Amino acid sequence: MINLRKNKDLAAVEGRRIGLDNVMTVLAFVLLLVIVVIPISMIIYNAFFHEGKFTFSLIVDQLTRSTTVSSMWNTIKIGGLVTLFGTIMGVFYAWLLGRSNIPGKKLMRSLFTIPYMFPPFLGAMAWDLLLNGRSGYLNRWLVQTFNLSSAPLNINTIWGIVFVEVSYYFPFVFMQVVSALERMDPTLEESARIAGAKQGTVIRTITLPLVVPAISAGALLILISSLAHFGVPAILGFSQGIFTLPTRIFAVISRSGGSFEGIRQAAALSILLVVVVALALLLQRKVLSSGGYDIIKGKSMRPTLINLRGARIPLFILAIVTLGVVVLVPLVMIFLVGLVRAYGLPLIPANFTLANYARIFTTSGTLDSIKNSLVLAISAGVISMTLGTLIAYVVQKIKPKGTGVLEILSVLPYSIPGTVLAIGVILAWSGSLGVSLYNTLWIILLAYMARYLSFSMKTSSAALLQVHPSLEEAARTCGATHTESLKDITLPLIRPAMISGFFLIFLPAMREVTTSVLLYGPYTRTLGVQIYSLRDAGMMPQASALGSVAIVLIIIINAIVTAITADRKGV
Amino acid sequence: MAQVQVKLEHVTKRFVTKTLGDIVAVDDFNFEVYEGECFSILGPSGCGKTTALRMIAGFEDLTEGEIHLGGRPVSSSKRNLYVPPEERDLGMVFQAFAVWPHKNVFENVAYPLRIKKVQRSEIERRVKEALHHTSLTGLEKTYPSDLSGGQQQRIALARSIVTNPKVMLLDEPLSNLDPHLRETMRFELKELQSKFGFTIIFVTHDQSEAMALSDRMLVADMGKIMQIDTPENLYNRPINRFVHSFLGESTFLNVVIKDGKVYAKGDMEHPLDLEAPPNAEPEMIMATRPNAIELTAEKGYRTHVQTRIFLTDRTEYVVPIGDQTLKVQTPHRITFSQGESCSVRFVEPMWYPVEDADAEKERQRRQLI
Amino acid sequence: MAYVRFENISVSYGSNQVLKNFSLTLEKNEIMCLVGPSGCGKTTLVRCLLGLTKPDEGEIYVDDKCLFSSQRRINVPAERRGIGIVFQDYAVWPHLTVKDNVAYPMRKQRMKKDDIERRVKDVLKQVSMSEYINHLPGQLSGGQQQRVAIARALMSSDDLIVLDEPITNLDAKLRDQMLNEIRDIQRNIGTTIFYITHDQRAALHLGDQLAIMNERGELIQVGTDEDIILRPKSRFIFEFIGVTNFIPLKRVDSEYKLDLGREMLPWLEPVPDDLPQGKPIEIGTRPNDITFDDTSPIRAKVKRAVFLGSEYDYFVELGDREIRLQQSTLDAALVGVAKEGSEVGLRFLNPHYYEAKRREA
Repeated sequence: MINLRKNKDLAAVEGRRIGLDNVMTVLAFVLLLVIVVIPISMIIYNAFFHEGKFTFSLIVDQLTRSTTVSSMWNTIKIGGLVTLFGTIMGVFYAWLLGRSNIPGKKLMRSLFTIPYMFPPFLGAMAWDLLLNGRSGYLNRWLVQTFNLSSAPLNINTIWGIVFVEVSYYFPFVFMQVVSALERMDPTLEESARIAGAKQGTVIRTITLPLVVPAISAGALLILISSLAHFGVPAILGFSQGIFTLPTRIFAVISRSGGSFEGIRQAAALSILLVVVVALALLLQRKVLSSGGYDIIKGKSMRPTLINLRGARIPLFILAIVTLGVVVLVPLVMIFLVGLVRAYGLPLIPANFTLANYARIFTTSGTLDSIKNSLVLAISAGVISMTLGTLIAYVVQKIKPKGTGVLEILSVLPYSIPGTVLAIGVILAWSGSLGVSLYNTLWIILLAYMARYLSFSMKTSSAALLQVHPSLEEAARTCGATHTESLKDITLPLIRPAMISGFFLIFLPAMREVTTSVLLYGPYTRTLGVQIYSLRDAGMMPQASALGSVAIVLIIIINAIVTAITADRKGV
Repeated sequence: MAQVQVKLEHVTKRFVTKTLGDIVAVDDFNFEVYEGECFSILGPSGCGKTTALRMIAGFEDLTEGEIHLGGRPVSSSKRNLYVPPEERDLGMVFQAFAVWPHKNVFENVAYPLRIKKVQRSEIERRVKEALHHTSLTGLEKTYPSDLSGGQQQRIALARSIVTNPKVMLLDEPLSNLDPHLRETMRFELKELQSKFGFTIIFVTHDQSEAMALSDRMLVADMGKIMQIDTPENLYNRPINRFVHSFLGESTFLNVVIKDGKVYAKGDMEHPLDLEAPPNAEPEMIMATRPNAIELTAEKGYRTHVQTRIFLTDRTEYVVPIGDQTLKVQTPHRITFSQGESCSVRFVEPMWYPVEDADAEKERQRRQLI
Repeated sequence: MAYVRFENISVSYGSNQVLKNFSLTLEKNEIMCLVGPSGCGKTTLVRCLLGLTKPDEGEIYVDDKCLFSSQRRINVPAERRGIGIVFQDYAVWPHLTVKDNVAYPMRKQRMKKDDIERRVKDVLKQVSMSEYINHLPGQLSGGQQQRVAIARALMSSDDLIVLDEPITNLDAKLRDQMLNEIRDIQRNIGTTIFYITHDQRAALHLGDQLAIMNERGELIQVGTDEDIILRPKSRFIFEFIGVTNFIPLKRVDSEYKLDLGREMLPWLEPVPDDLPQGKPIEIGTRPNDITFDDTSPIRAKVKRAVFLGSEYDYFVELGDREIRLQQSTLDAALVGVAKEGSEVGLRFLNPHYYEAKRREA
């Protein structure tokens, strides 16, 4: 049915009132201006304008430095490798768990999504503890046991970084592909079998090509996440002088001690990073637009499972081992090192103490960091969802002039790495425009809002789409004013999605480090920053203990979220 | 004597479900389909028709019995034999067409031939021929998503005839098409069949579709075969109440039979102008069709018009008879106004015993699966 | 007495004129069905009536109250028009129980709690949904949701209810059932019902009066179902309902003949006096108004006979054209079935006479 609605249809509300619609629209524009436009403009200004004149010289200057070039190259290399291996792993396990007769499918499926829950930097920390080139526990054990001259494995390398990132990013592809495989219309494969194709041929000629869009979507998600990622290269790369663009930016800022020169260099570097990510996004657009296939089935039919026969148990063991390596090993490491009296001591009960954990609750700095993260995460969640809903409503239902601009502005920050957003926020709100929020929680909050806005926009848009206009119109014909219909009908109907959306922002915000590591002040450390700082100061056990607490917190919150969101029988 | 192309012998399929107990989806199916026939399996959802088709195709294995294709057994419980679908040499058109979106029309239709490693030039020739017969010439390079539902079905059809199979299976072939297109496709299917001579077995819940297309039909209910016959015989002489009401609009009348005369229940004074059937029971159900009742001024049981509804192509009357009401349909030119007296006469009705209520419950349980 | 009056309503979206000088009246306590193809403007008309769309010109009156007038600059806002509506997708609020859904209009009118309770119970009884009063819409079937939507519409107004194609998503059996229910409810309560649909079958089943629109938004005929079918005012209306056959008729000297290309066959039925002179004429006939008659001079050949159960569908070659004939199974039993390939005689029982349409190239 053609949606002919435009302003004509709201004309019934025309007249004297200023109208809720206009207020909402103005508010939406103002908010986007403050949160998105200003920080981004400041970056562009500082990167391209020297003494008032437009110039490329700052960028060029950065590009001539070998550190910049190597950082760029590392970023791209790591991004490429992580995407390649993450995709292979994701597809392999998606197939295994989505289409074969391997035992324990259901359980393993949920276990494979666990890496998604944890911040990769904690994993990097754990692997560093194990396989640090000089003092890693596993390395030392191997040297001792096999009488080696030097440590055989070194996690502080490009390949080490790739390994850790793969283990945390492969679920992106895994989940996309498993879902595509499950929703695929089985008659597409059945008709191939009727045509005479054997199982293997069917997979090769029919199934695989049809899930390529899902694979690409997941792969590009991995690529973009890796390009913008800070935590893992920071933890594993700094000691060996391996830099990526995000860590390079951080290094420039922290070494310059907050000087203006440093920030401007960071701005220039940010532009380079944005260019790299933008290229990846363009690639994503090209791939996604060329072929989503409509392969969703109507009736519920079960697809035929591939019989693994002899390979069944070996593959099952492989999956278990993978899970162990990817999920268990880091967790166990962190918990154990958190218990040890001093780093380097053998991990035996004799060396264990609860002092590190106790210290968490007595050190004000650490307690504060937990509190800060909670406050920031809750605020970011609530405010982002509210803003996102407001903007989504204006875009979808009110459709004023300039709707396109609103849409673009609200999804723009999605493509901007957290590091870059932090730089923008620093440039905007550290005094140069008259407002100084530096060293306060507010500046971090503003960065978070920018970062998560596009996400909440997408969630709210999807939820609002489900609220068919006729539901609001029915209320109007029953005597409700526009405001009343919003309150009685629209809001209650999108509430479940809002709540889910809140948690999906709250969780990453809680464990976030990429953005806050550039914005924290003496009293505004976040949980992630605190763990990172403790480690940086060499206090491994304390960092690990805090890391364990973070993990436990994440698990508990996840459980609560699942309970709450599962409770709601879908509206 | 026409050859038997498809044969099912005592085929039974049992599912063990966790929530709904054991289901016998197909219970002792026995039938033969002859070469060149268009044979349909008709019934409500849960009657076993889709399961039967999938067993013939080879996507499901039977629990008991044997299935033969072209004289050769392909599934057999006693011989422990199961030939997979790719080796059964069938053509099949699925309900949602199952046309591959990532291949263009030519590649879709060529696929079965490529699998068989047919020579390139031969593939070209046969695909072009198949496309010609399904009116798709010129669309070789187009992708399915750019084509309408009707055209997509033709792609599926072309793909299934390109290997010249002896037997074609169709799963609800016309239900995804809009009514206008359905008629066209019905005609084209028949044309294709007479041109190529393959045997068609198709499955549907739509009785008008089945009746328009089939040479013979099998009506199933709750996993059991009710009746196998030509459409006309099934429509005019259905073996039980279920088949009667499934194949078209039915009018059922509770009647009392006394002294060889038939009375509508509730009116023992005015007998109906009918002979009692042989082996009559004192109470029976008389079944006929609303448009098979003759409505005249004088001939038959006297009653009057209670309501009158004007429909597109007929007029529908409700007349009281005994303690019940009767629905009668006539062409427009036969008019009686509301309240006017009239008479009804029944032409060769069917007679059934009074049915039990449990059957309906069981039917609903199966529909949940 | 005209209860609802649309006077010269015009609406255009940009350059697309959807309605132009559209006028229609509805009588009190009747079911009026507005029928037309999809996109012809009927939903737009309904939205104008409800106040969800503003016409460019025209006036709308309900019960002599002006709801909209372009001349007098009157535009009563939607929430004050007091008209009940059942949308195509029912628009039953999924997060409110049946009771809250139905009570909503009264709550907006700020009625007393006891009154609301009482009326809700009453209206639910009228639509046979009393036992579902505390259910959520997600627990109800499509048909039950429609009843809730109707109940809610009745609470908005038991004087005028609009139904915008509410049954299109249901299967055939359920559709008929729902139509009967709507009619029964109307008979019990006496509401005026405005029913919009593209499905002429539903309209014929339901409507006391029918108003038929063409795809350009023009009103072609208003009348009862019998008027529409038996006395179609124009060829458009005749062709609108079901299948129709047309055969050219030529006057040769003082006789009429069927012009069948290679041959002309005598037309012996009485021809009305008011035929347009000097213009080519065609006979229009419906498939079930033709029977087989061996004594008829009009001979044809049966090309295809399809058994459809309740009728036989014949495709018959008459001269240079193919016409369709339908025979009920009763007739088939009494008169006999015609076999494919056989020659038959045809008799036309109810021919209509129309000006010939130019054959599209």
